Amino acid sequence: MKIGVLALQGAFLEHIHIMQQLGAEASPIRLPNELDGKDGFIIPGGESSAMLNLMQSFNLIQPLREIAKGGVPIWGTCAGMILLAKKISNLDTETLALMDMTVRRNAFGRQIDSFETELSIPALGNKPFPAVFIRAPFIESASQKVEILARLPDGTPVAAKQGKLLVTAFHPELTGDPRLHDYFLKIVTSAASKK
Amino acid sequence: MEKGTWKVKEGLARMLKGGVIMDVVTPEQAKIAEDAGACAVMALERVPADIRSAGGVARMADPAIISAIMKTVGIPVMAKCRIGHFAEAQLLQSLGVDFIDESEVLTPADESFHIWKQDFTVPFVCGCRDLGEALRRITEGAAMIRTKGEAGTGNIVEAVRHMRAVQGAIRRIRGLPQEELVAEAKALGASPELVMGIHSSGKLPVVNFAAGGVATPADASLMMQLGAEGVFVGSGIFKSSDPPAMARAIVKATTHYQDPAIVAEVSKGLGEAMAGLDIKTIPQQELLATRGW
Repeated sequence: MKIGVLALQGAFLEHIHIMQQLGAEASPIRLPNELDGKDGFIIPGGESSAMLNLMQSFNLIQPLREIAKGGVPIWGTCAGMILLAKKISNLDTETLALMDMTVRRNAFGRQIDSFETELSIPALGNKPFPAVFIRAPFIESASQKVEILARLPDGTPVAAKQGKLLVTAFHPELTGDPRLHDYFLKIVTSAASKK
Repeated sequence: MEKGTWKVKEGLARMLKGGVIMDVVTPEQAKIAEDAGACAVMALERVPADIRSAGGVARMADPAIISAIMKTVGIPVMAKCRIGHFAEAQLLQSLGVDFIDESEVLTPADESFHIWKQDFTVPFVCGCRDLGEALRRITEGAAMIRTKGEAGTGNIVEAVRHMRAVQGAIRRIRGLPQEELVAEAKALGASPELVMGIHSSGKLPVVNFAAGGVATPADASLMMQLGAEGVFVGSGIFKSSDPPAMARAIVKATTHYQDPAIVAEVSKGLGEAMAGLDIKTIPQQELLATRGW
């Protein structure tokens, strides 16, 4: 499988390394001509406003929207989740607007409120997932089309799926547990086989 | 739910990678930086070039300025405290800044000891001139490292020297046989565990940025090609003739550092970069990089 990882800013190398360990062909994406021929995309963690700025400058927004409409899976982690949401409740800005949900940016507060926790993700089995939340967003509201995959103990949704689009508010690329990368690769493989 | 863990601290540094952190002294400048695509801002009372010309004792910025900047932007806000001044650091943590720079740009409060940074919830970034200095700071708890360079000069030569020193020492350790690593650690004045970690991984255990003298898009590309994972720009933006344009150009050049055609394109028509200083003309006692150990 060929996975493109948006490499404008943020922790893109971490995703590339894990995908390579899982046997996928992962490469960085900085310009529109690098988008062709990929089976799936990852939008990594980083600063969403910095990434959005560079996506606008280098004309990546419309091509990514078209790719998603063409059925290619995309996974957004943290900043990636913000960029995939239709609306950001506490910031008036353009996004890719691909998932029917409203996301709150820096929803848990500033860096001193960043945290680690063991998260239950039923789709991955019984073993909890080590989840690192760094100035993380959460899902404030979502339409029926969005399936919530994980919630914090207080009910806050922090991972979701809509068709072939996946989002996590935390950073699976920082913990060495490859189960979510594997989960996304399965979505990619099944999408590619139906082409 | 555990806050202030090592993963959370060094993780934030990883999220800044490939980005530009800009020095700002007002909320208006912070907004310009954010709109230009900065991944964080450093809230200051004066940029290093002005600290250099003002002389006297340079201290932590007025908390009112820092708070005003924190209210204005959504990206992380960093602030500087003096080397060894843990009370300034405590105060910055209580303000809720996202990162503290224990910085040689301010006048050191302690000439023997740096802050024990492990005890803080907020992550720290520290400057270094070589690998030993970087590893000592990491042992104290720094979650991110940067070159010292020579701040406020607009002259990249010291940042290049420091980045080459760090990367060269890493390459050297990589090639050493196992039995020479403890002696290497002794020579570096660094923890043997960290030296062994570098021997097997080939890299620092934390993110490493370039700082101190970055003034143009080409400077940013140079530092990234030498192994920096992102750049700090101090005086280089708001001491240039067109700060928003310079800020946007350095952001683009940092992302596309391997593509000279893009770096050339973004470098066109930026006006005057900040005025530069030849390091050799600076009196020894006014050099900032020699502060700390």
